[in-house]
Amino acid sequence: MKVPLIYNVRSVMQRPVSTAMTALGIGLVVAVFVAMLSLANGFASALARTGTPVNALVLRRGADSELSSGITREMASIIAASPYVATGTDGRALVSPEVYVVVAMPRPGHDTLALANVVARGVSERAFDVRQNIRIVAGQRFQSGRAEVCLGTKIAGRLPHSGIGDKIHFGNRDWTVVCHFSAGGSSFESEIWGENEQFMPVFRGDVFQSVSFRLRDPAAFDEARRALQGDQRITVDVHRESDFYREQSALLGTVLQFLAVMITSIMAVGAVFGAVNTMYAAVASRTPEIAVLLTLGFHPRSVMASFLAESAVIAAAGGVIGCLLALPINGLVTSTTNWNSFSEVAFAFRVTPMLLLWGLIFAVVMGVVGGFFPAWRAARLPVVQALR
Amino acid sequence: MRFLPLVLANLRRHKWRSVLTTLSVALALFLFASLRSVVTTLDANSRFGAANRMIVQNATGIVFPLPMSYAARLQATPGVEAVTWANWFGGRYGDGKRFFANFAVDPESYLRMYPEMVIPEDQKQAFIRERTAAVVGKRLLEVFGWRVGQDVTLQGTIFPGDWTFTIRGVYTPSNRSIGDDAMMFHYDYLYERFQNRVTPGWFVLRIADPGRSATVAKTIDDGFRNSSDPTKTGTERAFQAGFMTMWGNVRLLMGTIGTAVVFAILMVTGNAMMMSARERTGEVAVLKTIGFTDRTLFVLVMIEAALIAGTGAFMGLGGARALYGLADTNVLGFLPGFHVSDGTLVFGSGIAVLLAVASGVVPAWRAARLPVVQALRKVE
Repeated sequence: MKVPLIYNVRSVMQRPVSTAMTALGIGLVVAVFVAMLSLANGFASALARTGTPVNALVLRRGADSELSSGITREMASIIAASPYVATGTDGRALVSPEVYVVVAMPRPGHDTLALANVVARGVSERAFDVRQNIRIVAGQRFQSGRAEVCLGTKIAGRLPHSGIGDKIHFGNRDWTVVCHFSAGGSSFESEIWGENEQFMPVFRGDVFQSVSFRLRDPAAFDEARRALQGDQRITVDVHRESDFYREQSALLGTVLQFLAVMITSIMAVGAVFGAVNTMYAAVASRTPEIAVLLTLGFHPRSVMASFLAESAVIAAAGGVIGCLLALPINGLVTSTTNWNSFSEVAFAFRVTPMLLLWGLIFAVVMGVVGGFFPAWRAARLPVVQALR
Repeated sequence: MRFLPLVLANLRRHKWRSVLTTLSVALALFLFASLRSVVTTLDANSRFGAANRMIVQNATGIVFPLPMSYAARLQATPGVEAVTWANWFGGRYGDGKRFFANFAVDPESYLRMYPEMVIPEDQKQAFIRERTAAVVGKRLLEVFGWRVGQDVTLQGTIFPGDWTFTIRGVYTPSNRSIGDDAMMFHYDYLYERFQNRVTPGWFVLRIADPGRSATVAKTIDDGFRNSSDPTKTGTERAFQAGFMTMWGNVRLLMGTIGTAVVFAILMVTGNAMMMSARERTGEVAVLKTIGFTDRTLFVLVMIEAALIAGTGAFMGLGGARALYGLADTNVLGFLPGFHVSDGTLVFGSGIAVLLAVASGVVPAWRAARLPVVQALRKVE
């Protein structure tokens, strides 16, 4: 027969302060756990969402990022003419040969030496169609042949003088901001977009860095890749866009996850010690009660289960507190440097239901581990001695 | 001190509790020291940089090169003693999983510019003489199991193709903020294969008077303002500091986590102290009856808390210092010179004192104020 849960609840009520402190200790661990993973999560998802599986990204062979790549006009037109490129409603190829550079922009609130490295992407007019998730939230798209740029919403908030109609200075000349765009939370939102033909002479001369195109048949990616990589006229690597950006985040994502696991596991050990103390004290102070339970015929296993449940419930309460503590950081925007592209990426902490669930599970595990030995002791209590 | 045996006996009563509480304090302070050391190391590294060296970059951005012709003009700038240049190569070795810095340098002037890179004289001469030679950091040599004299092939990412270098020298940094896992090779070797693309990525200057760095920077930047490639000149220190800001809000993150850790452990310790105190209500009453003053009892409980916090702090802080001092902590290649600073030890000890006071004061006060008659009534 099971020991009724109400017994545990009432016992816990007897010592509210020490229970609350244990729960709070566990709660803080869970809060850090959830917060750190939401950081890693936010970063990974910002980059993962940057690409879509229906697009292909072409770089020069051997280049491991857009920054280190180079594609000549000739190569770009060979790629654009390939039969694997989808065409838009107007019958023209959905392809965007792009200039990709990292420019130094003043960082607000710092002196002139503190500069943020921002991606400036020169795109073709088709880019807004090739990249599906781009939405213009203010102003109008830049016009061909003019020194105009669009800012991603995340970078727009961080640069001084970034309103529509303002002028920003980079690449040794002034650019008029004509629109702000969102990109579904992806890292495009941390970029400055302008026309490729405008960026090209200003930056790196007559060369693109990458070519993005919509696949005519997304399932035939491997075929397209083989054909382009096998083409003798061009020396390129073809990546599925979504895979490419996911790999770009791999290094930092791994570091963040490693940190999260390291820090929280050390904290967790401390919190488990706390739970052990509390439960040992609980068992010690209730020795006569436990003896009575055993005398009444409750199986030692039930007594053990009862104490384990008590510990788990305290921990779960802590877990809930921790999740509540961590919730407000959801959506908070922070930034770091993506070392693969050497540029700053802004992204939001993402607290997902899944992450909260993991936090709760983590809390319960801490409770069960912490409660195990005390519960074991309770179950093995010598009845006669204890009753005395 | 007369009562020390009494305190120790009290601690021994629940051995496990005392041990676990001490260990959790130790873990917390270990974690605290580790997190704070990330921040202090970043700070230390950003302060690194000889005051007499300056970096000249392209004002447009870190990835844009500068014309070679600038070298002569920089050299001719008043106050500039020496000029060297380098170019980021971005090569990968093997599967490319282990990232390391590799760049093309002008060998002779570069090594003269950085006396902190200590290389045996014969290796230095061998490196300078041979066009395809390279010098590597001591760690890099160990990581890949290379030998001096060995040919290694890197895949170029920015400059495509296979590049074979002969390792002719190994450098050991004399300043721990200099990375010991970089590779340098001849600028000319890069230039001869990509003559139309390769120009210096940045220039390094040595100036005669560190106090006049701002003037020199202004002279240089003004001189190139209306050229095709305007420059941005700053001291090496400012350059490093700018690099560190690229980590974003690391400092805030580490600080917040550190605080959370300390609070979590405060809960655990405070709880344990209160539990012990509650169990001893009867004893305290007896002690009072036989003549212990309120003050003595207060002090006794505080000493107990102090012993736990102190031992924990010693283990946690000392452990962190010893571990990071002995172990190879720069395995991933970033954060060179990672160590627990004295400031962190002092800060950590301060937290331990606070911990002792915060966790001990409530039980101690309770013990001191305990009404004897009531308490004795509970004793069976």
